[in-house]
Amino acid sequence: MHSGIVSPKGVWWKPAGRQERMWVTVALAWSLIMFAMMPLWHFKGAQNPSGIRSRVEPLAYMERVNRFVADYKVGEENGFPIVEPPPGSDIYLLGRMWQWYPALRLKEGATYTMHVSSLDLNHGFSLYPVNVNLQIIPGYDYALRIVPNRAGEYRVICNEFCGIGHHLMIGKIEVLPAGSAATPGGASAAVAKSGAAQSNSSLAAEVAHE
Amino acid sequence: MSNGVAAALFRTCPVTNLRVHRDAEALIKVNAVVAIVAFLVGVIAAILIVLTRWQAVHLLPAEWYYRLVTAHGLNMLIFFIIFFEMAILYFAGPVLLNCRLPTPVVGWLAFVLMVVGALTVDYYVFSGQADVMFTSYVPLRAHPGYYVGIILFAVGALIVVGLFFVTLLVARRERTYEGSMPLVVFGAMTAAVIAVFTLAHGAAIYIPTLLWSLGYMNVDPQAYRLVWWALGHASQQINVAAMVSVWYLMGGLTLGAMVLNEKVSRVAFLLYILFINLASAHHLLVDPGVGPAWKVWNTSYALYLAVLASMIHGFTVPAGMEIGMRLRGYTKGLFEWLRRAPWSDPGFSATFLSLIIFGFLGGVTGVVIGTEQINIIAHNTLRVPGHFHATVVGGTALAFMGLTYYVIPLIFRKQVSLMGLARWQPYLFGIGIVTVSMSMIFLGILGVPRRHWDISFANAPFKQEFSPLTDLFMATLGIGGLLAATGALIFIAVAVLSVFVGRRLTEEDIRRGVAAVPQGILRLPPQQHGEAEGEAAHRAGTPGTLVLVAIFLTVFVFYYFTNWKVLSLVWKIG
Repeated sequence: MHSGIVSPKGVWWKPAGRQERMWVTVALAWSLIMFAMMPLWHFKGAQNPSGIRSRVEPLAYMERVNRFVADYKVGEENGFPIVEPPPGSDIYLLGRMWQWYPALRLKEGATYTMHVSSLDLNHGFSLYPVNVNLQIIPGYDYALRIVPNRAGEYRVICNEFCGIGHHLMIGKIEVLPAGSAATPGGASAAVAKSGAAQSNSSLAAEVAHE
Repeated sequence: MSNGVAAALFRTCPVTNLRVHRDAEALIKVNAVVAIVAFLVGVIAAILIVLTRWQAVHLLPAEWYYRLVTAHGLNMLIFFIIFFEMAILYFAGPVLLNCRLPTPVVGWLAFVLMVVGALTVDYYVFSGQADVMFTSYVPLRAHPGYYVGIILFAVGALIVVGLFFVTLLVARRERTYEGSMPLVVFGAMTAAVIAVFTLAHGAAIYIPTLLWSLGYMNVDPQAYRLVWWALGHASQQINVAAMVSVWYLMGGLTLGAMVLNEKVSRVAFLLYILFINLASAHHLLVDPGVGPAWKVWNTSYALYLAVLASMIHGFTVPAGMEIGMRLRGYTKGLFEWLRRAPWSDPGFSATFLSLIIFGFLGGVTGVVIGTEQINIIAHNTLRVPGHFHATVVGGTALAFMGLTYYVIPLIFRKQVSLMGLARWQPYLFGIGIVTVSMSMIFLGILGVPRRHWDISFANAPFKQEFSPLTDLFMATLGIGGLLAATGALIFIAVAVLSVFVGRRLTEEDIRRGVAAVPQGILRLPPQQHGEAEGEAAHRAGTPGTLVLVAIFLTVFVFYYFTNWKVLSLVWKIG
């Protein structure tokens, strides 16, 4: 028996000892379990980064975002349009130096197909405080079905370095409680059915809070 | 070769009886010295960065923060580590194989290329013409000279790797060793093979990027990320293979660690070569350009076979230490071998801490955030640097520090200056970097982004307040960073003082047993035991190591499933 700096003489291809065999077996089993977890989560889990992935010209994507804003804009805050799309619809978010555009207003428990792309550099979509993170790359439209599961105010932080203004890049997503009224005149007002009256006040409080 | 010529070209090491080729020795020295200089640059940058992210201090302006993050990454992860690895290749090739270095002039040429490349890169970074981070994601553009510098450096490194392979052939042809190459050389060869395809990916991405920066062609940003990370992550796998080799080497030198089974350890190294390069995927798990099958297959290194390799080394390295110590008579109970290990020898303490930090903190967190879906709650948050500061700093850099304490007397033939401080250095550095790493991981879990100058978002259009816990962990990050930096500066002081003004180490000093030399060099533990004796020890087993790996696996399983649970609580997304 020798150390790692000694040249082994003769045939060193010998059967492993009992303990090595045991540990290799255990470690291999654990490796396979970890491997199985990922495909399993695709079928059983609710958080997967697959989405619908396609290429898009950055300028074409920006135009799509602008149409989306024009269609569903309900207000403005700090120079950012606030956009309230109807539940179930496709929503479009643009990352550019150094903004997440526009601000979104969503409904708790509703499903949206969220598209994200970049006009210029790589950006990082980091949803605070739920800590959902995505890489945003110019030329690629990353579309994911999302279901906001709690009402409240969220932030979109940029967590990919994108130049000297990187730390100023922050966006806003507001999630209204399920059953609350849509903003009067907003796009989702058209699809909101009942229960509008009783929760108007909570929305008003929310707006006032800002 | 006549004896006279041989005497001029070689010296015989009084500790290991190995013949040392003088050119190889000189190249080890210069590469190690430049590595330490790069390390110093990286440490200074680290201190300024950590004092900026600590919001209570917030030292640097934004521009210099981002510039120094770029410089820190390049000088630590590329220049320090790769120069040091070049020194390891010159050691593992010519020295451990008892062989001459073929065509030393090529080695010197490669060294010059690497130095010129590194200086060029640092010039463009510090003059503000390459504020693009270590990753330089296209279309973020640096001055073309920056890419030229990286290419020069990589070409130089590739030449050294080639020279290492030539050395292996020459050693075999000239029969400078009997039997098979030692395990440590095999491990270094693994690192060298990984280095070849890593550097090939470097060429495949930096040459187009240079042409793009000059306006001659387009580079797709997603393709850039894919190929760049085949360089960026794979180069960390060179570090892993080199570090594991250093574990085997230092285990042998400091306490006479044995190789349990050559087959098991070598197959584990082979698994690195086969699978570890798939890890480019770790960085693309939440990217829009690749699909789920690609992500699952590659992020797991096929079926986690490279993780399996690390888990094998994670067993065989401490078990080899345990058997070596038991053969030397430390047989009581589960842990006498560990209790009676030379904890005041910085060569040993650095090696063992490296093993623990890499395994428990670096490895476990890496596998977890590299899981396709769990990456959703980790990507680009501080959890990522939290993970790799445990692998590459607490693991690789710390192991290299331990090795340095043996290289100073063995290769530079100097006593270790400030030996009293050196004995504490691995602990200080280890505690510091563990604090840094864990603080970053907690901050990342709280959603704090990496590479971010101001998480108070002053002047941003929407206000943002992180949890108050953030302030606490930012403070521990700052304190841990300063501790680690102190440990790093002590290391640099020891190395520089020893090499340039240290006392010469004579054979007489070794016989007398001077205090300023690690114990393994004064009394090299037995590197070989009789077959029958070894077999008996092997059959008796390594119960202490079994306990350690059982704890390790428990931590791993717990942390892994906890993260799935946390993931299940966030918004539905898919």
